[in-house]
Amino acid sequence: MNKYNLNNSYKAVVIGGSAGSFQGMVKILSQLPKGFPLPIIMCLHRLKHVRNGFVEALSIKSVVQVTEPYDKEPIKKGAVYLAPANYHMSVELGNHFALSTEEMINNSRPAIDITLSTCAFVYKEKLIGILLSGANRDGAAGMKSIRDKGGLTLVQEPSECMIDTMPKAALAITKIDHVLKVDQIVEFFKELDKQYR
Amino acid sequence: MSGREGANYNFGFLFPMQDIDIADLKRISELIHQKYNYDFRNYAMSSFKRRVLRIMELKKLTVDALIKKLQESPAFINEFLDELTVNVTEMFRDPSFWRIMREEVIPAILLNHKQFKIWHAGCSSGEEVLTMCIMLKEMGILQDVSIIATDLDVNILEKAKSGVYPIKNMELNEKNYIRFQGTAPSLKGYYREENGNAIFNKDLLAGVSFRKHDLVLGEVFNKFDLVLCRNVMIYFNQALQNEVLKKFHESLFKYGYLAIGSKESLIWCDYANRFIVVNNEEKIYKKIKD
Repeated sequence: MNKYNLNNSYKAVVIGGSAGSFQGMVKILSQLPKGFPLPIIMCLHRLKHVRNGFVEALSIKSVVQVTEPYDKEPIKKGAVYLAPANYHMSVELGNHFALSTEEMINNSRPAIDITLSTCAFVYKEKLIGILLSGANRDGAAGMKSIRDKGGLTLVQEPSECMIDTMPKAALAITKIDHVLKVDQIVEFFKELDKQYR
Repeated sequence: MSGREGANYNFGFLFPMQDIDIADLKRISELIHQKYNYDFRNYAMSSFKRRVLRIMELKKLTVDALIKKLQESPAFINEFLDELTVNVTEMFRDPSFWRIMREEVIPAILLNHKQFKIWHAGCSSGEEVLTMCIMLKEMGILQDVSIIATDLDVNILEKAKSGVYPIKNMELNEKNYIRFQGTAPSLKGYYREENGNAIFNKDLLAGVSFRKHDLVLGEVFNKFDLVLCRNVMIYFNQALQNEVLKKFHESLFKYGYLAIGSKESLIWCDYANRFIVVNNEEKIYKKIKD
């Protein structure tokens, strides 16, 4: 038995984060097991009008090059995706992305709730959702929809977060399976990876 | 991440008490198609679903009540379309795109044509049309360009025609204009402020023809040197994107330009090989084959 009771049925990992999540995200990506088999879909709050720089900064130490998908781009195993600036990013049935310029949600575009909830709709119980440090409530409702569809939910340990509003909001409205520090999330990915070997 | 847009929602509509399944969404798009002749059947499902849920939330309707209302009150359709279509846009969105327009695309067209034609397809509330007019005016060629701006939503076309925007939107528009590096110190010279609105000078839009046109069901109606359709086709599925690209191809003169949104791509479309990439970062294409 493994610590987090994992198996190899998962199809994707989706991660949300905002203020204070960057360092943790970099650490997770830099220690990702080589050949990690699932797509990692990230929605991180970012400056709306700065298109360049963020994906590069995340990629520097990452094991896998991070890309911002185009509208209707197919989702590939083992790829790492970041929601582009000033677009909402959804996942569609048929396993591809769809972008949109709809109204901001929770003052955000991209909004974490949109990425998380569309992933929950498509992947159902075969999804792992992770919510990191952040200063608003975006992502909480998305985590609830992942949990409601039977997916696995993780948040960053609030005491470790630079700003704990985001994980706390999720903890308040839904059951979270694991509350973990970034180092433990790194371990979680390693254990998950083993299930597919 | 401060909210500068007029419409800014909580996640209430995203996760209302009621959900809607795909069968009901299909019922709605079939009904609208048969009764009103608008075709949303090939819209991208994720955003179509959010838009319908949003309408149900705004109007306090259940799925069945919404369908009943669409069946029984034809007057409701315009209101429905107005909320269903996404009308969030800004002036000088992606300033780098507009700089390339000014410094490369428009000069290239001018090499061969002193006068030329532009189509803004899916112009929404008209911010991009106004942006184009301001840029052309600053280039001294506004009078030489004929512009047609179309949308399927008649309410939003009226807004576009008026050239009136909430003053609170101007902060973002001004920021974009500064980054565009226009010839004026700010946009203030182009509008006057009245009752919380920015009212743009009438002469800017004087040469623009605003028309109702449906990209999905509408016919090709003219030929253009430049077509702008940015962040419109993202609401379509791939099959429909393919169809609409064929219409754009037919609507362009040979060596005419097509501009789409910075995160859109033509590579999955059949007609992609009839275009070359002029600027990949800004997603500007040129038709090279009939």
